[in-house]
Amino acid sequence: MTPNSCAIVGAAETTDLGKIPDMGQIQLHADAALNALADCGLSIKDIDGVATAGHSPQELAHYLGIVPSWVDGTSVGGCSYMLHVRHAVAALEAGYCNTVLITHGESGRSRTGFLSRPMFASQFDAQFEAPFGVSIPPTRFTLPVMRMMKDTGLTEEHLAMVAVVQREWASHHPRASFRDPITVDDVLNSKMIAYPFRKLMCCLVTDGGGALILTRADRAKDFPTKPVYIRGVGESVETPVVSQMKDLTSSAAFRVSGKKAFETAGITHADVDHLMIYDAFAHLPIYGLEDLGFVGRGEAGPFIAEGNTRPGGKLPMNTNGGGLSYMHSGMYGMYALQESVRQMRGISPAQVEGAKLSVCHGVGGMFGASGTVVMTNEA
Amino acid sequence: MTDRVLPTPTPETRHYWEGAKAGELRLQRCDKCSQAYFPPRPFCPECGSRDVSVFKASGKGTLHSYIINELGAPGLKPPFAVAIVQLEEGPRLLSNILECDQTPEALQLDMPLEVVFEKVTDDITLPQFRPAKEA
Repeated sequence: MTPNSCAIVGAAETTDLGKIPDMGQIQLHADAALNALADCGLSIKDIDGVATAGHSPQELAHYLGIVPSWVDGTSVGGCSYMLHVRHAVAALEAGYCNTVLITHGESGRSRTGFLSRPMFASQFDAQFEAPFGVSIPPTRFTLPVMRMMKDTGLTEEHLAMVAVVQREWASHHPRASFRDPITVDDVLNSKMIAYPFRKLMCCLVTDGGGALILTRADRAKDFPTKPVYIRGVGESVETPVVSQMKDLTSSAAFRVSGKKAFETAGITHADVDHLMIYDAFAHLPIYGLEDLGFVGRGEAGPFIAEGNTRPGGKLPMNTNGGGLSYMHSGMYGMYALQESVRQMRGISPAQVEGAKLSVCHGVGGMFGASGTVVMTNEA
Repeated sequence: MTDRVLPTPTPETRHYWEGAKAGELRLQRCDKCSQAYFPPRPFCPECGSRDVSVFKASGKGTLHSYIINELGAPGLKPPFAVAIVQLEEGPRLLSNILECDQTPEALQLDMPLEVVFEKVTDDITLPQFRPAKEA
C-alpha cells in the first residue's frame, strides 16, 4: 500500500451502547452504518464496497439495500475489522470500488437476533481440546499466562494494574459501561473465573455496533469530517488454539502484523502518540506492547504499572477504557478503531492533546489472528 | 453415557484415537526431517514431506501452562485444571491433570507428568496426564 492513500471519512458507533435488548443484531450493524453515513453526509446509495464479520456480507448488503462491486467477509474474530481496513485500502487503490462501508454489530449480552458464530470452531478444537473442558474465552485465552508469569516475571498485580489504568481512562467516557475507579485490591479480590484470572481481568459482555466509511485520500477533503488517513496496515494468523502457539509468551501473529504495519507506515515507536491494543483480557496489552516492540520482553507489566499508559503518561493506551471497561460485544476490534478515529479527529472524551499518530492493534480468536492499523491526521 | 464433549475421529486422526484405546500415545514423525508433530496429518508440517510414520511416544512430559476452570464444562465439575503439556518429543497437548489436587500449590509449572488413559465411552479413550510417579 501507499501510506495515506486512503482515509476514514465516516465513523460511528450504534446510537446506544451496552444493553440494547430491543434491537436485533443485524439492525445493530445497520444502526451504526446509518450513523456513519450521517457522520460524513453520504447516503447508502453512495456505498459500493462492503465488509463485515459475524454476519455474511450478503446479508448485510441485502439488509442495507445495496449491490456492491466489492465485498470482504473475512471473519477471523474480533480483529476482522482491522483486516477489513487493510483489504479496503487495497481495493480502493486498485479501483475495485470508491466508497467502502465496514460494519460490526453484536448482541453479545441480550442475544437479540443473535447468530451463533463459529469463530472457535476447528477440527483441532473439536477433537483435541473441547473434551478437556475448555469452552468460552475465559477458559482458553487465559491458558498461556502462567507460562508468561514464570518466564518473564509478570505478576498478578501487573495484570490487575491493566484493569485499574483502563478504568481510569473509562471514567472520561460518558458511554463507557464501567466508569467508577477501581484498585489493585478490588481486582485481586474479585471472583475467580479461571485461575489466575479474576472477573475484573476479563472483558465485559455488552451490545453494540460500529461502522467505518473509507475512500481514497483525493476525495477525503470533500467531506465535512476531518480525514483520518490510513498510514500503515498489517495482518496475520497463527493457530486455531492457544496450546499450539509456537511460544506461549509471544504471539507470532502479533509480531508479523505489527511489523508489517510499522514498515508500511514508515514509522518508529517514538512516532506513536496514541495506542490501542485489543484487551479481551488483561494480559493482551502486555503481549501487545512486547510483541509490537514498544518495550522489551518482560517489561510490559512494569511499564503499565509505572503509569506510562495512563492519562498523562508517555504512551496513552486504550483511552476508551477498552474491552475491560468501555464495552465488549464479542468482536471488540471495531470499538478500538472508533477510539483511534476519535483521537485522530481530536474529539475523544479522553483526548490526547496534539496526537497525530495512532496505532490500533487487534487480536482475533484466542491469539489466532491479528490485524494492525496505523492512522494519522496529517496527510 | 457422559455429557463430556467427545471427539469424532477422521481418517487422518484415527490412529491417534485407536492408540489411546490401546493404551498408547501415538505421535507422528517425519521420515525426511525427523520432526515429531501434532495434530495428526499425513504429511510433515515442517518440510511438507508425505513420508511420515506413526510411533509410540514415551508418554512423558511437563506442565507447561494451565488454568483452573471455575466455570465448569459439560461432564466436568469445577474446579478443574486445564493444562498445556509439553511432551518430551516436542509437541504440546491439552490435558486435565488427574490424581492431583486442583490447586496452584499442587500444580507447579514444569513438574514432570506422565500419560494415563481415561476411558470415557466404549469408543473413546482420552490421553490424560498425572504427576509422574518416577523420575
